[in-house]
Amino acid sequence: MTRGVHDLGGQPAGPVDLAEHERTFFDQRVDAMMRLLAHPEQGHYTVDAMRRAIESLPRDEYFALGYYERWVRAIRQLVVEKGLLTEDELDRKLAALRAEAHRA
Amino acid sequence: MKPSFAPGDKVKVRAAEVSTHCRTPHYLRGKRGVVARVFGAFPNPEELAYHRLGIPYQPLYQIEFDFAEVWGRTERATVITADLFQHWLERDR
Repeated sequence: MTRGVHDLGGQPAGPVDLAEHERTFFDQRVDAMMRLLAHPEQGHYTVDAMRRAIESLPRDEYFALGYYERWVRAIRQLVVEKGLLTEDELDRKLAALRAEAHRA
Repeated sequence: MKPSFAPGDKVKVRAAEVSTHCRTPHYLRGKRGVVARVFGAFPNPEELAYHRLGIPYQPLYQIEFDFAEVWGRTERATVITADLFQHWLERDR
């Protein structure tokens, strides 16, 4: 059985949360980043590659992460796959940002 | 790639299991339906997902399924529609 982690049609599930919710500033920034990178004129990657990256998250992570957190994980994977940034560059920048946030 | 099917044709969704990216919902695998619309040919998402070009383009169809065919029980007069690519469909005679 190779049902994807995202492929929930017909599976047992709890009630659907129909409540409207605002997008946070984090959500909006992630959305903007994804749209810029996947824009046809930029051509860094397609929405299909984005979906593949999201849908291949390990099951426990897929369900633990929020919607836009999954997007961030996918964007991180794709910018490395496409050679836009290296894992090392990402790690160093994240460490610097964490240190900065810690000081503030 | 030319469309192999026309509106009204009976089709069956391939009951394939794949571990790579695809857009064919699992609950429709092996189910019988009818072609409602032919949308034209589009880049294959199973290729695009891995940074390839999506060629050959695959004809895309809107397929209608009876509720009972999909879920094994009758429920109102509900028709389920899904957009499926040609390489996931076979002719159902």
